[in-house]
Amino acid sequence: MIESQEAPDVIGAEHIVKSFGAVKALRDINMHLMKGEVLGLVGDNGAGKSTLIKILTGFIQPDDGMIFINGEEVKLRSVSHARSLGIETVYQDLALVNELSVYHNMFIKRELLRKPLPLLNNRKMREQARQHLEKMRINIPSVDTEVAKLSGGQRQAIAIARAVYSEANILLLDEPLAAMGAKEGTRILDLIRNLKASGEVSMIMIAHNYAQVLEICDRVNLLQHGTITLDKRVADTSLEELNELVMREYRVGAVRPEQPQPRHTP
Amino acid sequence: MAKDVLPSAATQQAEPEKAKGRRAFWSNLAGIFLRRREASIIVVAIVLVIYFQASNQNFLTQANIRTISQFIAATAIISAGEVMLLICGEIDLSAGMVFAFAPFIMFFTYQAGLPIWVGIIFGLLASAVVGLFNGLVTVLLKVPSFITTLGTLFLLNGLTLTLSQGFPVLTPVVGAFNQVFGNSPYSEIAWAVAIAIVMQIVLSYTRWGLHTVATGGNLLGAKESGVNVNRIKIGNFMLTSLLAGFAGILEGFRITSIDPGAGGTNIMFAAVAGAVIGGTSLMGGLGTIVGAFLGVLVLSILQDGFTLLGVSAFTFDIILGAAILIAMILNVRLQLLREAGRQ
Repeated sequence: MIESQEAPDVIGAEHIVKSFGAVKALRDINMHLMKGEVLGLVGDNGAGKSTLIKILTGFIQPDDGMIFINGEEVKLRSVSHARSLGIETVYQDLALVNELSVYHNMFIKRELLRKPLPLLNNRKMREQARQHLEKMRINIPSVDTEVAKLSGGQRQAIAIARAVYSEANILLLDEPLAAMGAKEGTRILDLIRNLKASGEVSMIMIAHNYAQVLEICDRVNLLQHGTITLDKRVADTSLEELNELVMREYRVGAVRPEQPQPRHTP
Repeated sequence: MAKDVLPSAATQQAEPEKAKGRRAFWSNLAGIFLRRREASIIVVAIVLVIYFQASNQNFLTQANIRTISQFIAATAIISAGEVMLLICGEIDLSAGMVFAFAPFIMFFTYQAGLPIWVGIIFGLLASAVVGLFNGLVTVLLKVPSFITTLGTLFLLNGLTLTLSQGFPVLTPVVGAFNQVFGNSPYSEIAWAVAIAIVMQIVLSYTRWGLHTVATGGNLLGAKESGVNVNRIKIGNFMLTSLLAGFAGILEGFRITSIDPGAGGTNIMFAAVAGAVIGGTSLMGGLGTIVGAFLGVLVLSILQDGFTLLGVSAFTFDIILGAAILIAMILNVRLQLLREAGRQ
């Protein structure tokens, strides 16, 4: 990493390798996320973005490489393990259960119980969900609403709200703006901006829209064929550079990761 | 129906208080019938009771109510398990064979000189092991549960027939024990009601229930949220087998003999049919234990009522088949209406 360290790293990944059968999804990933920063992860379909996110959230395990969380090396065994370290993920499919209410979805796997009985404390969960959504200025008809009845933007907002609820301080967002109208997309961007302003949450965000990435992120990583081919602060790169790098991939056929990528001046 | 609810809310302001209240009451009621399937099944059950009582004065006699309760009990216990499995997206076709298998394990344990309660525990353990096997094969080897449990259905049936050499045996008589476990007139239905209540609480008010709905409603999403979906599925397979085994043991005590041909596919299909009539979705994510209990109740009333009317068993199957189809068609139509109401 050439950059000067402004803040300590909350995530560090070194030489991450992951294959699925004959397909090498990730070849040699070196990346880091600094405290309070929003890192944009861009790249074409099949570049390995989702695989990388799934490794960082403990959903799948890498074949090789090291992961550091807050400076300590860890082997992320499971989603619950990653969650206990403060890593929360908003998946592309949102991982919401249509048949359940908003508040049950928000508390899934961290349900509040009427101790000492092993029964759900629905009243408390409903109340806390309502307060939390209000605090995040997310508007939904009611926390009792079945998730199936919400719009795409509302569902995305619920998924993000669920992720930042409790002590999550690292948030991984897998295409939070996909399949969303302009108005709803703006709301989600505002939501991310508010979170960033709070300064407590560091985020990695996968996105396809480079303009949005440059608008909201501090730094951008370009993932091509399983390696990171660009790592720059958004101030040091541009839409043209990102487009150029991705387009070159098509012209040349495939990038050769072992070759150093030439730096362009916009 | 769903559309009626909205305009009535809009025109309410101009109406006098009383009419407003009445209208709200009817639209609420319509809403309940649309949302809560249990309500519509209760109505069907009441209509059937009135019809059969009108056709045959013997229908509501104490003796016949006891007969109906016996029809219901064992099937309702099995259906409580099947609902949990169906909600998490699986099915158990072997439950009826576990029903026949478990009391034999109890019998042989008792015959070996151990107390009857040890026999019951062994019978239940053996049932749970069958469920564990079903679960492991389905979850780890990724065989669809329809196929896994079709296999164990035949396997267990063969095993029970081999163990018993095809002959029924007499249920051991140990006094009060027999009374509690099914022999006294209403003990079996009391167990069924208690189990239905407990299972409904498990489904609606515990983590296990919530995770079961999540597993069936969105398998990948549940996994991503950290729910151990394999554990949920295996656990529900074990629960279904355990309940089926327990129902078989109760039935053994009630009829005072243990028959290798008891239960079988008949009781299993009745349990699944009851669950489905009660609003449980075969696609997972939706269903209630209470609904399944009422579904089994309706089936039992039908069966008993037709018997009293002297309708032949052949005709009964025709009517039963038609009833299941009509219930399902209504179910799908109501579901579409409900979804239309959401927009």
